[in-house]
Amino acid sequence: MATGEFAAHAVHAHAAPTSWIRKYVFSLDHKVIGIQYFFLALTAVFVGMFLSLLMRIHLIWPAAALPLLGEIKPETYLTLLTMHGTIMVFFVLTTAPQGGFGNYFLPIQIGAPDMAFPVLNMLSFWVTALAFFVMIAAFFVVGGAPLHGWTGYPPLSALPSAGPGEGLGADLWVISIALFCLGALMSALNFITTTLDMRARGMTLMRMPLTCWAWFITAILGLLAFGVLLSAGILLLLDRNAGTSFFVPLVTINGQLTGHKGGSPLLWQHLFWFFGHPEVYIAILPAMGLCSQLLSVFSRKPIFGYKAMVYAMLSIGFLGFMVWGHHMFMSGMSPYTAFAFSVMTMAIGVPSAIKTFNWLGTIWRGRIRFTSPMLFALGFVSLFISGGISGPFLAQPVLDIQLHDTYFVVGHFHLIMGVASIFGIFAATYYWFPKMFGRMMSESMAHWHFFITLIGTYAIFMPMHYLGMAAHLRRYSQLTELKYLHGLVPLQEFMTYAAFITIAGQFIFLFNLFWSMKFGQKASDNPWEATTLEWTTATPPPHDNFGGHIPVVYNGPYEYSVPGAPRDFIMQTDPAIVKAH
Amino acid sequence: MASIPTTSAVDTAQVLLTGNGRLDQNALDFASRLRRVRLGVGVALTGIVMIFVSYSSAYVVRQGLPTLDPRTGTLVRDWLPLQLPNFLLVNTLVLLLSTLTMELARRQAVRVGAAAGTASDPAERADTDRMPWLALTAILGLSFLAGQWLVWRELAARGFYVATSPSSSFFYLLTGMHGIHLLGGIFALLAASAVALLRKSAASSAVVVDATAWYWHFMTILWVYILCLLEFAP
Amino acid sequence: MGLVLLVAIWLITFISAYFFMAKTWWLPAGASAAAAGIDHHFATTYFLMGIVFVVSQVALGYFAWRYRDRGPAIRQALYSHGNNRLEIIWTLLTLVLFVGLNFMSSSIWASERFRPAVSDAVQVEVTGMQFAWYFRYPGPDGKFGATKPELQDPSSGGEGAIGLDTSDPAAKDDFVTGTMYVPVNREIDVILRAEDVIHSFFVPSMRFKQDAVPGLAIHMHFTPIATGDYEIACSQLCGLGHYKMHGILRVVSQEEFDKWAAAQEAGKQ
Repeated sequence: MATGEFAAHAVHAHAAPTSWIRKYVFSLDHKVIGIQYFFLALTAVFVGMFLSLLMRIHLIWPAAALPLLGEIKPETYLTLLTMHGTIMVFFVLTTAPQGGFGNYFLPIQIGAPDMAFPVLNMLSFWVTALAFFVMIAAFFVVGGAPLHGWTGYPPLSALPSAGPGEGLGADLWVISIALFCLGALMSALNFITTTLDMRARGMTLMRMPLTCWAWFITAILGLLAFGVLLSAGILLLLDRNAGTSFFVPLVTINGQLTGHKGGSPLLWQHLFWFFGHPEVYIAILPAMGLCSQLLSVFSRKPIFGYKAMVYAMLSIGFLGFMVWGHHMFMSGMSPYTAFAFSVMTMAIGVPSAIKTFNWLGTIWRGRIRFTSPMLFALGFVSLFISGGISGPFLAQPVLDIQLHDTYFVVGHFHLIMGVASIFGIFAATYYWFPKMFGRMMSESMAHWHFFITLIGTYAIFMPMHYLGMAAHLRRYSQLTELKYLHGLVPLQEFMTYAAFITIAGQFIFLFNLFWSMKFGQKASDNPWEATTLEWTTATPPPHDNFGGHIPVVYNGPYEYSVPGAPRDFIMQTDPAIVKAH
Repeated sequence: MASIPTTSAVDTAQVLLTGNGRLDQNALDFASRLRRVRLGVGVALTGIVMIFVSYSSAYVVRQGLPTLDPRTGTLVRDWLPLQLPNFLLVNTLVLLLSTLTMELARRQAVRVGAAAGTASDPAERADTDRMPWLALTAILGLSFLAGQWLVWRELAARGFYVATSPSSSFFYLLTGMHGIHLLGGIFALLAASAVALLRKSAASSAVVVDATAWYWHFMTILWVYILCLLEFAP
Repeated sequence: MGLVLLVAIWLITFISAYFFMAKTWWLPAGASAAAAGIDHHFATTYFLMGIVFVVSQVALGYFAWRYRDRGPAIRQALYSHGNNRLEIIWTLLTLVLFVGLNFMSSSIWASERFRPAVSDAVQVEVTGMQFAWYFRYPGPDGKFGATKPELQDPSSGGEGAIGLDTSDPAAKDDFVTGTMYVPVNREIDVILRAEDVIHSFFVPSMRFKQDAVPGLAIHMHFTPIATGDYEIACSQLCGLGHYKMHGILRVVSQEEFDKWAAAQEAGKQ
């Protein structure tokens, strides 16, 4: 009996399911779960994008009556930006690169048949999906969705009387984030255990593709950061519903005492940003790993400085936990602490700069194939430079005095955390679509999509830096009250028009995605001539990933254009390599 | 660079550093399953540590934090320490005892699990130790939770509710969060017992018991830490 | 395709950089003692970061075009795993650049935030509430009287809005206004408070910004050096009326300020 049990394990940790519901809904297969995450993020990104479009429309035509929605009121504008930020940060930037592509490709790239804990994996997806439904539900309850911004600073976020949407809507917002944290923690647990314990024979840590390193480090960041956000969320819920005063001091709203006393609004900011800054890296690290991979694959050249890349990511992860105070220079935090945080923040720019240099070093003297994933990877590097270069402005408290809470900040984080990560997601989609769905995506549509998105996003977010320097504050629903804003309206108009075009361009992507699933050209097992393990198996991969055997790894992941080799790439599983060092 | 780790006797550290040096890593033997699950528990506990680290720092910060007295415009401290009920010591003893029975249950389960992994006939399993350590642990765990509930009742009788003072808020928060986590451990024990009772697999049951035991020990240490925090950093 | 990409990236780079260099949209003219130093450091940072920005984008576009695949017969890719010496050189260079920038500006930050206001500074208590700023002056006795949260009534405006306790003798000569008057060339000791949620007191022309946090009274100082009216904005999201929470800072000569203060005092009796 006992032997029989282990014999069953020898085939696969779990047998291939036969019923539709176990196969596509409550599946234990990491590949199905990855696709589920991907479609969750795809839904979320279109919702988030739609909200941003409404914001842009409201900013330049504040009195416009929209079909079905009517006129957007100032408080509705704040609701839109709150939900846009929350949905994008959590359900897109955290969900797609890690939950989606990480789930699908981490086990395959390290040569494992599945994640370490498949049931936990399924649970983490469904908890995340539930979190998304709860978040969306906030729109439809009495009072609507909250208006306290994605950072949810109390007392505004802690007091139902502080504004419309701060009642049930805000409760749902907090609950949704707490659920999301649970899902993210379970997923991080799985990623870390899988990476440490399930690598195939010969897959040493230093032979892992940089994508795997990125997912691994991201999971560690998630494990340490989401616990803190979860605990902060619980405190906020208690302040809102149990009358405690963790975050709320003695305040009056419109002359009415609230019954709270003695809490510290800054405590929330510390907890939130202790999560919030690593979160930035949670969003961007997978994109960094992937784009490193793609630059190497499509330059037909080994990655420049593999070890430097790994150490840079590790130090970004490590330093990422020591810089949260740079979000709080103007908060009333001690100015000495602020200075210490700013030194750490400038230091974290160094590994990011190393990565940029190495990316340039990778394409230098390569043989670049301009496939759609490569275009997006190059676009990623450009955006990463542009978004990164504004970091040293904001990291210096002296300059932050002027720039804090202006559009300069909005432009900065949209370029580096938003659009750059999204470019990573696009690159991943174009790169792995053939493996996931067995067909190629249309290259010509992808090229249109790339150039519209690249130029469009720059046209939206670069002007935000100009606005910020002219002291245009963020989260202003109308530009009529402050006189110095009047001269900036034409720039806002330009950004709205750019947003229209950019958003239109995204429908090319959506169409390409579904059209190619059905009508795309059939993909071979290794259409990009890449070296990593996912390209050694069938397209799409079988239930146990490698069809009954487990690969053995002999080479590093970036053996391109090796002199004397028969082809310009050597698979990680090719045993024949004689290294010429 | 191109050397391949040998298949023979890879210890855990080597597996973690160089990859799982086994041709077919799905044919997991009992030791590999234990290693994987223990790793998972270790990672999960790291996440849980972060939750309590953030509460601890909030606790310490809140204690020392002056707040504005709007009347005078000056900063005042408003922290009033909470007199802890003595009954907490009884609960602590119960939990310490439970961690002992948990360890005995773990060793028992691992013995049975390892034997089941090698023996072909279930009758050959070496369960010489038939004490119901698992059930005992679950009962002690539930008693601890009941004891905590009594402590809450006592505090409420003294007029200290969740929102009464900062110190009472933190007391309910820390004990409540710990209680929820311990409850999770009890559910895991029930799951392990169910697997064992159904005689589905001694090895699977042993893996669950082993994982829960490490979790349980950690919950005991965490409780002692929380008690020290509440008592000595009032 | 390489050429198209090069053109796109270079155009984006040059157009973006042009508007920075032409200063089409720029910092509002500074009117405080600290503004010149801050603006100078801004320009330094902008200059150095601008070079990094243009050089790396231009290199990216150029490399993409220069090393496009033209078939293996024309050129093979270089087989290289990197260069440790280069790695170390650019790590040190960026470290010096970034951390050096920070230390260059540390003296400005220190003078802004490390020292308290001078003892003869003009004291103004700024209170933020949804959605207005109120400014309280201590009057001839130089002392702020007590306030009571129970008395706060935003609809009554002025003293009532901040809940001034008129039974306190020190409160008798306090007066509260909706426009912030300050004398030119004097250091202003601002005491920031908030009644309900977090607000942020931002005067762009003064290069002055600080959150007003409920439960805290934050002291911060600045010295206006030019008379005139300057707009005050709220820069921290505080609710549905955030966009319209603004005020005026009126910098006047010392004589005008004294006359105005006396008139406020007289109007109160």
